[in-house]
Amino acid sequence: MRAALPILAVLAVIVALWYAATVWMNAPWVRDQAARAGQEVTTSQLVRETMSQERPVLPAPHQVIAELWKGVTGQAVTSKRSLVYHAWVTVSATLLGFAIGTGLGILLAVGIVHNRAMDLSVMPWAIASQTIPILAIAPMIIVVLNSVGVQGLIPKAIISAYLSFFPVVVGMVKGFRSPDRMQLDLLKTYNASQGQTFWKLRWPSSAPYLFASLKVAVAASLVGAIVGEMPTGAVAGLGARLLSGSYYGQTIQIWAALFMAAIVAAGLVFIVGGIERATLKRMGLVR
Amino acid sequence: MAEKAVIEAKGVNLVFETNDGPVQALKDVNLTVGKGEFVSFIGPSGCGKTTLLRAIAALETPTGGTLTVNGMSPDAARKARAYGYVFQAAGLYPWRTIAGNVKLPLEIMGFSKAEQDERVRKVLALVELDGFGAKFPWQLSGGMQQRASIARALAFDADILLMDEPFGALDEIVRDRLNEELLKLWARTDKTICFVTHSIPEAVYLSTKIVVMSPRPGRITDIIESTLPRERPLDIRDTPEFLAISHRVRDGLRAGHSYDV
Ligand SMILES: Nc1ncnc2c1ncn2[C@@H]1O[C@H](COP(=O)(O)OP(=O)(O)OP(=O)(O)O)[C@@H](O)[C@H]1O
Ligand SMILES: [Mg+2]
Repeated sequence: MRAALPILAVLAVIVALWYAATVWMNAPWVRDQAARAGQEVTTSQLVRETMSQERPVLPAPHQVIAELWKGVTGQAVTSKRSLVYHAWVTVSATLLGFAIGTGLGILLAVGIVHNRAMDLSVMPWAIASQTIPILAIAPMIIVVLNSVGVQGLIPKAIISAYLSFFPVVVGMVKGFRSPDRMQLDLLKTYNASQGQTFWKLRWPSSAPYLFASLKVAVAASLVGAIVGEMPTGAVAGLGARLLSGSYYGQTIQIWAALFMAAIVAAGLVFIVGGIERATLKRMGLVR
Repeated sequence: MAEKAVIEAKGVNLVFETNDGPVQALKDVNLTVGKGEFVSFIGPSGCGKTTLLRAIAALETPTGGTLTVNGMSPDAARKARAYGYVFQAAGLYPWRTIAGNVKLPLEIMGFSKAEQDERVRKVLALVELDGFGAKFPWQLSGGMQQRASIARALAFDADILLMDEPFGALDEIVRDRLNEELLKLWARTDKTICFVTHSIPEAVYLSTKIVVMSPRPGRITDIIESTLPRERPLDIRDTPEFLAISHRVRDGLRAGHSYDV
């Protein structure tokens, strides 16, 4: 409970600032309308009207929450207007991409740790891959795959994997190299093979590093999936909601989709954190 | 000494190439360790005790001279799993229970499940840790962890035991007890033990042979054959014989130092 207090205080400050910004940013339009109608606006009227516009520059928090609530509970979850439906479309691509990215990241890390040529060659490429803006890559992936008849989930998952493999490679290389010289020497005195050294020492030693990477990777996967939805012609998914919202100036819809994405991201990170705690506890690594 | 040599070093040199130039860690080391001997290596920090032990274990390679273990090269002996090595730190895997840690070499060496359990039970009893098999390392005291690491080195029943200051981090009371236990274990199993220590009483109490070393370059200055009987109660440390040997070790250490200045 004690820990919640500072968080709530920060939240209250953010909400207050947000309301202030709402008034400030939406006021010109209200004044404009009033001037055109030849009316005077009182301050209280101004404040009220800045918070009830249909297409505000910046929607008020309660408008976003209401839209979010409507999107989640207003219709069946299978409906195209349900935010739950769109979130699921995005999450399924996220999870598939996360799985691919994690698998690829671990495999590359294994290669880097065991093979000198890979050690020298893979990392620069991996780093280079992340310096290219994903917004430039995503449409190319979509278009190229589309031309060979692959659409829907897979292209988005690939963009997701493209973003999520990197933290896994970096974390796992460090994790696989975390055993100290004494631990490695011990296995050498048993004449352990490279495979045994990996499974008995390197792999379990890397567990804390794995989960740290996975938390970053799962959030990156979600970003990848959302970005991947933007150039697909806006059919479904949170990315599509963001895009269609901006086409039609539906700022409230954009903000609701953004909130949904944030909630999903927090949920995914929370789930990974839960698995982390359970695993490390079972391994005796947390007391 | 008339027995067959288990470890034999002839003119062994070992030079580490470092960024600040070569470091001669071992210079012209000659040593014979017979079967069933308990040999202690004693000397000031940096005199090459660890390096010598590691060379015997094939964890370092001598740059000159010949070194054999069981009549073969140290590396061949390592591959034949001729020795158990106890490091200065217990180095138990935190994610394995005590039994799991002791089982580690057995899993690697491909013992059957039943045999693994049987051996774990036996060596844990040997180091008086029966009943602690299911605990994690952090649930045990430092002395108990060190005993577990000794059990781990004993589990696969190698004939040679190499121990690098296994009790260095422990207080004197625990150390006395573990020394006594180690001696009993040695008497019972007839293993050949090489034991690195900083403590003169520990070296004299445990050993049939004491190797005194001195630094820069690391070399052997004296080899003392102990005249103490194999059966050694703790109070043997107050006998004139014990004190005489201690004296000779101390002289050897001092001589090594004066050579130095
Ligand atoms: N891997 C290495 N690379 C370079 N120099 C080393 C290496 N290992 C040991 N040395 C050097 O070799 C010398 C002997 O070291 P060693 O660890 O064998 O000493 P020691 O007698 O075990 O000392 P201590 O009692 O402090 O453990 C030291 O001068 C040390 O700096
Ligand atoms: Mg040492």
